[in-house]
Amino acid sequence: MRWIQKIAKGADVTKPNDNTVLQISNLKVDFETNTGEVNAVKGVNIHVDAGETVAIVGESGSGKSQSMMAAMGLLASNGRTQGSVTYKGEEILGLPSGRLNKIRGAKITMIFQEPMTSLDPLYTIERQLCEPMVQHGNYTWATAKKRAVELLELVGIPEPARKVKAYPYEMSGGQRQRVMIAMALANDPDILIADEPTTALDVTTQAQILELMAELQERLGMAVVFITHDLTIVERISDRVYVMKQGEVVEEGATKEIFGAPKHAYTKMLLDAEPTGRKDQVEDSAPLVVEADDVRVEFETEAGFLKPNHVLRAVDDISLTVREGQTLGIVGESGSGKSTLGRALLQLLPSSGRVVYCGKDITGASRKAMRPLRKEMQLIFQDPFGSLSPRMTVGQIITEGLLVHEPHLSAAERDKRACEALEEVSMDAAMRNRYPHEFSGGQRQRIAIARTMVLKPKLVVLDEPTSALDRTVQKQVVELLRNLQKEHGLTYLFISHDLAVVRAMSDTVMVMQKGQVVEQGSASEIFDNPQQDYTKTLVAAAALKLEEFA
Amino acid sequence: MMRYVLGRLLSAIPTLFLIVTISFFLIRVAPGGPFDLERPLEAKVMENLNKIYNLDKSIPEQYLLYLQNLVQGEFGPSFFFRDFSINELFAQSLPISIQLGLSALTLALIVGGILGVSAALRQNHGLDYSIMAAATFGVTIPNFVVAPCLTLLFGVSLGWLPVGGWEGGKLQNMILPVITLALPQVAVVARLTRGSMIEALRSNHVRTARAYGLSAYTIVVVHALRGAILPVVSYLGPAAAALLTGSVVIETIFGIPGIGRYFVQGALNRDYTLVMGTVVVVACFVIIFNIIVDLLYALLDPRVRFD
Repeated sequence: MRWIQKIAKGADVTKPNDNTVLQISNLKVDFETNTGEVNAVKGVNIHVDAGETVAIVGESGSGKSQSMMAAMGLLASNGRTQGSVTYKGEEILGLPSGRLNKIRGAKITMIFQEPMTSLDPLYTIERQLCEPMVQHGNYTWATAKKRAVELLELVGIPEPARKVKAYPYEMSGGQRQRVMIAMALANDPDILIADEPTTALDVTTQAQILELMAELQERLGMAVVFITHDLTIVERISDRVYVMKQGEVVEEGATKEIFGAPKHAYTKMLLDAEPTGRKDQVEDSAPLVVEADDVRVEFETEAGFLKPNHVLRAVDDISLTVREGQTLGIVGESGSGKSTLGRALLQLLPSSGRVVYCGKDITGASRKAMRPLRKEMQLIFQDPFGSLSPRMTVGQIITEGLLVHEPHLSAAERDKRACEALEEVSMDAAMRNRYPHEFSGGQRQRIAIARTMVLKPKLVVLDEPTSALDRTVQKQVVELLRNLQKEHGLTYLFISHDLAVVRAMSDTVMVMQKGQVVEQGSASEIFDNPQQDYTKTLVAAAALKLEEFA
Repeated sequence: MMRYVLGRLLSAIPTLFLIVTISFFLIRVAPGGPFDLERPLEAKVMENLNKIYNLDKSIPEQYLLYLQNLVQGEFGPSFFFRDFSINELFAQSLPISIQLGLSALTLALIVGGILGVSAALRQNHGLDYSIMAAATFGVTIPNFVVAPCLTLLFGVSLGWLPVGGWEGGKLQNMILPVITLALPQVAVVARLTRGSMIEALRSNHVRTARAYGLSAYTIVVVHALRGAILPVVSYLGPAAAALLTGSVVIETIFGIPGIGRYFVQGALNRDYTLVMGTVVVVACFVIIFNIIVDLLYALLDPRVRFD
């Protein structure tokens, strides 16, 4: 699956040339905010030639999306632009929207990161696909409707004639992203800008969407601008790369060169950001911490008049054991029941089956009976922004659990424990008087970890703790978690859809699909020699990520 | 859908029953009766009156009697307007109040909607600030201030419009009361529309619409407004019920024979049947408008389903 390259022979494609369709010169983007002006993009030069694939790489906040949003006239109302953006020689920056609308949606189209919300929930797919076609005068409503069905077929949506009448809420994330791609192709664009199009998708869906885009580009020959933080995607699909950091392009060049011999320190750091290393193995004689037999969780949908209630089995008779100091990685795509399993084991959800914690049967234990154990059994969540109270200081957040579990501590003692916990997660103890909004995603996740560590737990369920973080930050958090585990002999249940991270963290791995265990075994067995087709698909979809640290 | 509406109407019956029961006993608890005057009536006269109006029966008996009549659609005779039944009073006044309220509601929706959308499109600019200032003004100035001011200006000083009266709902008689009644609603609708519109304009699917070069009209009206109107719809349900059942202040100031004044007169005169009648009418309006709101929701948002 190599993307086509339409590079004029002998031409220096690293400079704008006759084939250039989009040229961004000295583009600056500033935002007026309450706290002053933010310079999001500080004079970048990017050019895109006909038919090529250009990747713009960077971490969140690097200005990679805003550069393209500015070019398309899609900045938030407090955004200001300077510089020049030309499409086939015509200046489009600052064009009145009437003139700009002749280009965007027709010659230059976009797909976005959020497939769930990028389509209007109130209209059918058909209507939304047809609107731009009719708007740009290429089709009448009647011909557009025909074309909409063809487009859905082109992007691989089954039963296109029926699905075209569906509403977005009736489709999965992957399908919605396919619809967006169909919309982007409708008017035969010269340039397709894809802003993190696969980030919100499951790994197998991600692979399918990338494959689809590659195939379509080959067939239709448009240029693709791929905005992403994921270097494996970049290496796989792009001809040229721009690396952005803090609003500037720090390195640019052919993909092979950048990946072969990165010059800038930041590029090197990004390339090195895959979680590496392995967890030290734990003796099989270590005492059992969690032993679960036939755990089952069912959700009942409400029964209506003359409608039998429907039972959804989210976790279907799962058995597992975890020993002290071990990490069990639970892998699966969204909806596989992995988070539900984690919560059921902690008795946060009603379940059937048997759960034994440190030799003690806690199946169906009451809230009161569980309370003394809660101190030892902790949970860390995916969203570092939503899971910390914005009205409490970091110190208060960290020590809140102590108020329940160690009420005899004085305020001074609690404060001391907060300092220790912060130092343990490599943060300055002075930070305890600040509020969560002052911290980045990675720092917040460290605070969440400190909140857990302060209680000196035995078992920690980590529910996608690194999924919302940039790769470089992810790597640091993975290392931190491994060190804490070693130091305190912690037992982890590590829930994630990210195979690279799971591999770096786990002793044993369990692959889940539709509430059931597909495959279970040691990390090396699962990743190096998967037996089941589903596991093979998952590993293959994440293949490039795994290659880098195999 | 018919089944849903039918179900909702059926489930309204117990609600209505509770309302009727509570208010029936509540009004009886209030001191005084319909025939208590400053100079008491002769005992014999009083006795006869009580007999005619069934007030000599025990309260539970009266309650059952009232329910019986109500089921047949009879609100009973008025205690105060001696020659009229409550049904006759409402037959005359309710259409007037509905006409007045519906006009005010339509005006509020159109003007408030346009103002709200304009403010949202020019968020944090001069137009936005002036509309929102006016809206705050509109909400805070009570209608018993607005009404005389308008009458003074357009009725007395300029002489363009009549200062009062209804005359079968002539346009010039309607203008001032409708505007007065609509003003605070215009303000609320404008504020609500502005808020939800700003949110809608920032949403990802509106960004998609912009990225695909759709016209400003399509973006604003088709993609942003349809979702943004939902909070306004939920507000308008109860508001419509209140507007259509008349306004005491407006009807009094402009001398309009609507149903609104009966709320006050009925209560002051201990006109038991009139009070009960107005309560039932208002309750029915509230119930019906809530059903209409839910149906509108389903119409506007395909994700809302009734099965």
